[in-house]
Amino acid sequence: MSRQALDVFASTLDESVLQAIEVGARSGVDKRLATLTEDYEDPDMLRRLAGRLRQHALDHLDEYLANAEQRLTENGARVHFAGTTGRARDIILEILRRSGTRVVTKSKSMASEELDLTRVLQARGFEPLETDLGEFVVQLDDDHPSHIVKPIIHKNRRDVARSFERGGLGDYDDDPETITRRARAFMRSKFLEARATITGANFISAESGRIALVTNEGNARFGQAGADIHIVLAGIDKVIPRDRDLALLLSLLIRSATGQRMTSYIELVAGPRSADQPSGPREMHVIFMDANRSAIVGSEMAPILRCIRCGACMNTCPVYRKSSGHAYRGVYPGPMGTVLGPLLAEGGFGELSDLARASTLCGACADVCPVDIPLPELIARLRERSVREHVKQGQQGVPAMGLYALLAGHPRLWRLVMRLGRLLDWVPLRKLPAQLSRAWFDTRTLPRWRGGRFRRWLRGAGGDNHD
Amino acid sequence: MTDDREAMFARLRESLGRLNVRTAYPDFAADIATPKARRGGGPEVFRQRLEAANTRVVESVPALGELLRDRDTRHGYCDPSLATILGPALGDDIELLTTFDRERMDEYTFGITRASAGIVETGTLILKDRDTSDRLGALAPWIHIACLNPDRLYATLAEAIIDLDDDPNVILVSGHSQTADVEGIMIHGVHGPGEQVCLFL
Repeated sequence: MSRQALDVFASTLDESVLQAIEVGARSGVDKRLATLTEDYEDPDMLRRLAGRLRQHALDHLDEYLANAEQRLTENGARVHFAGTTGRARDIILEILRRSGTRVVTKSKSMASEELDLTRVLQARGFEPLETDLGEFVVQLDDDHPSHIVKPIIHKNRRDVARSFERGGLGDYDDDPETITRRARAFMRSKFLEARATITGANFISAESGRIALVTNEGNARFGQAGADIHIVLAGIDKVIPRDRDLALLLSLLIRSATGQRMTSYIELVAGPRSADQPSGPREMHVIFMDANRSAIVGSEMAPILRCIRCGACMNTCPVYRKSSGHAYRGVYPGPMGTVLGPLLAEGGFGELSDLARASTLCGACADVCPVDIPLPELIARLRERSVREHVKQGQQGVPAMGLYALLAGHPRLWRLVMRLGRLLDWVPLRKLPAQLSRAWFDTRTLPRWRGGRFRRWLRGAGGDNHD
Repeated sequence: MTDDREAMFARLRESLGRLNVRTAYPDFAADIATPKARRGGGPEVFRQRLEAANTRVVESVPALGELLRDRDTRHGYCDPSLATILGPALGDDIELLTTFDRERMDEYTFGITRASAGIVETGTLILKDRDTSDRLGALAPWIHIACLNPDRLYATLAEAIIDLDDDPNVILVSGHSQTADVEGIMIHGVHGPGEQVCLFL
């Protein structure tokens, strides 16, 4: 039996990468928890509410999407619909060609990663510039983001300093402040040179067409202030019913993503610049991208589209922390990526179906999700689907469960095995000739046998013995 | 350019048609996510929250002049409608330029524009496009000074959002530009201002 792809990737990682991810993810977990518990008596109530609100939006997406289109059009924006990532690419390329620009500034957008947009623009002769500092480093290294909020969580300051040196931004200097100042100096003129800028959208209000953009660096602001054309690329799932919903959703998004109460900037963009404003886009395009999302709404997997991209699930996930975002192979890593990745994959569900196996179903992700997505449940449904549809990729590296099924169905046999299980402490599992055993135990250590104690404890505690 | 609009809506309607029940819009107060401890409070609390959110509060025009001299910044952009009010009180050694020349962006060491309102809950300044004389003037210089009438305060984020008019670009500013992308270490002044100031007028 072969090993799971995620396992194979994780085993190749340097200790320094694992260390960087561990530190970054853990600090995300701690800050989120501190802010939420300091601010709210019952944060769970808020995330359940936000979950219902997002589910309501998805269950009425046909209406809300049409409303958003109408309002944006009335506000003076041009609205486009892209059924696939390929269509979204074509629409963007056509707008850019017409603009006559060469330099294109870009803010962080996971939707644009689905298009591999920066590479596409580069290949077509444009000079795209990722302006979020983390994404800029990703671009310098021809890398991919490994986290949806902290794109270079897998790199330390020495890595970044080397990237800057290679990119011609000065001699090696790993002081984060120097790195930041160099990025500032390099990008300022580019913001003015670019006639077009591309952003994503955190939320789009169907009521007003207002697009909410959440940043700390101010790059999305600068991109717009310097450009004539603003292109917004958003999945159709970003639409929310009303402006009033923004306060709840932004409050949870920001606390869950960075542990802040507010980011430095929240932009609410409803259309092109106002009549007397000398700086900013005269033209605004909003591209609503489907790319398989319309097939997910209304299905048993629909709750995954509630996701507001905060990254809390990956920060807390023991598998993500030991394997890095790149191990998930697609755009979206961690628990939400485990579910969304295979569902959005243009090559079909099979391509990333093995990710559902790379989970302990421990439930930590569901506990932190600000929109109450039942992630372990959705992951289990994907496993079922792999079995039901005989998807080979989804079964790869998975131990056969026949023996377990036999034992679980025969209580006497189970009790016997529980008593004999102690022998396992003496079996050299890594040295067994079976391939399955080697693949599994190569990277795992079995704890000392403790089986059967629960039943003994239960009897002692006066519980009924039903076995 | 032909869009995929009709096909996309048809797919959506088909998928949603599978639902027996669609989740209802939940009943909630718009300010439900305002923490208890952050409800209420007037201008004084707002001042404290501004400071806590990395925004320096300056109470008078001469005090602003002192701050600019302290930072050794003497040439900056200023909203033309504010220059006549601020200029005389700032002193002759501080030059207020009332147009923002993109070609000379780095010569502006500060930018003074109007803030439309504030949010007490979060110590946030609201910059509306129609009240901002030049977006670049408020963004490109290292120091941004937002001039705010302290009577124009919203208690909560929700209240501020619900009261938005049809302004095309509203920016909620809570402190200076910052990043923690390198090893989680907070560095201020990435692309936007490295120092955010609020002057009450």
